[in-house]
Amino acid sequence: MRPPELVCPAGTPAAMRTAVEAGADAVYCGFQNATNARNFPGLNFTPGELERAIRHAHENGTKVLLAINTFPPAGKVDLWRDAVDLGARLGVDAYIVADIGVADYIARNHPDIRLHLSVQAAASSPEAIKWYCREFGVKRVVLPRILTVSEIKAIAREIPCEIETFIFGNHGLMVEGRCSLTNYITGQSTNYDGVCSPAADVEYRRDEEGNLSTRLGDFTIDCFSCNETAGYPTICKGRYLTPARNEGYYAFEEPISLNLSSLLPDLMAAGVNALKIEGRQRSRAYVKNVVSSFRKAVDAIMAGEEPPLADLIALTEGQKQTEGAFKSKTWR
Amino acid sequence: MEPVTPYPPTDDNARARTFLPAPPLPLFLLQPVLRRIVTRIASQNPDMFNRLGPHKSANFIIDVTSLPFVLHLRPDPEDLLFRAVARSRKPEADAEIRGGFLDLLGLVDGDADGDALFFSRDLTITGNTEAVVCLRNALDDVDGSIAQSVADMFGPPGRAMLSALRRASARKKS
Repeated sequence: MRPPELVCPAGTPAAMRTAVEAGADAVYCGFQNATNARNFPGLNFTPGELERAIRHAHENGTKVLLAINTFPPAGKVDLWRDAVDLGARLGVDAYIVADIGVADYIARNHPDIRLHLSVQAAASSPEAIKWYCREFGVKRVVLPRILTVSEIKAIAREIPCEIETFIFGNHGLMVEGRCSLTNYITGQSTNYDGVCSPAADVEYRRDEEGNLSTRLGDFTIDCFSCNETAGYPTICKGRYLTPARNEGYYAFEEPISLNLSSLLPDLMAAGVNALKIEGRQRSRAYVKNVVSSFRKAVDAIMAGEEPPLADLIALTEGQKQTEGAFKSKTWR
Repeated sequence: MEPVTPYPPTDDNARARTFLPAPPLPLFLLQPVLRRIVTRIASQNPDMFNRLGPHKSANFIIDVTSLPFVLHLRPDPEDLLFRAVARSRKPEADAEIRGGFLDLLGLVDGDADGDALFFSRDLTITGNTEAVVCLRNALDDVDGSIAQSVADMFGPPGRAMLSALRRASARKKS
């Protein structure tokens, strides 16, 4: 069994150095604009920062993957093409893309740089993945978080490229790259602008008793009682009132994080080539803890030992974790 | 000069209190220390202000629940402000960040994750969420530990204090 690549998030240069130190094989990051799906205020890299970060990563044997994983609206493709060209000049090791136009531009203009298909492309069938490989020379697909381990194993036998799966972090089961909930409420698009629940539209209100209500735009999307754990202010994790139910109801998903620590041996045996940790918006402390924990686990498995399972519950959304669809299709 | 009131009875961070000077404490004694701290951190990390974008001139209230006063921060490199204010005179601010002493220390020590503290309800933010997110990202992009830099300013006593607080924080987590 070949050791899988541990692919880790970096929202800032300091986070990237932390990931490299903690044992990342590859770090993924983005520019400070709409070309990536974590276009959050104060986050991401300027060209100068990325140039220095790539140098540091390469000196330490770590690859840098550039996320250009949003969809350029018609007439605005120059921003995406410029990001691609800039990434090539700075020496990125691979692009993570979702849009076929961006993939085509890279395949034509930078054929020597690896192309990874983002989870935002939502390619989950062998036919779809093979099409991307054939048309654009995709070398790796990041699978949506809707497949069981056995389904991943079956796909691995049929496709001509590497497989990357999420192992920790945000647990989104929406058809990724197609979610328009934020756009519906705020006018900003997750897929075009790279921002889900823009912070400028988020408001928290704490009452006298310590209850916390979360609002996005004009909509209240949850209210946490004083002793209740909270989740991200995203519509898909919101709890809503409906005449059909007596209490607030998670209509789409719950605030919960993915944690596949205990499924790592199965994933590796299934032929997964890269293990991805979500969380470019998270802190250096998160990166250090999560990356070092999974580094130890992967190394232990490769050495034929029982992997140590670190307690990462404190870092999970709502302080709850799940193996989601990876373990069973009956989840939710 | 304004003597401050004793610690609020709702203090949720008793461990931290044992390391802090007993009240009442005249706030004017704190102001030059706070000014020195923010000036030093700003001069050591000039790039951090870029992450604040349009929120450099925002006013933040940092409400350490175990302290009898609040902290008022304006991270504008041209007009830096970091001062203690009596709770009864809390100024209007763009955003407020509220948490226990050890939790907030963990954030500036590079040891705690702000999202995790939010999930556990140990950290509350109100007001301009975007300004808080920018401040969080600016502080998190500082290599090393801001808490350590501050401790170093006060020599061996400062470092001993930080070590004691880190031990208290570790005990709290366990």
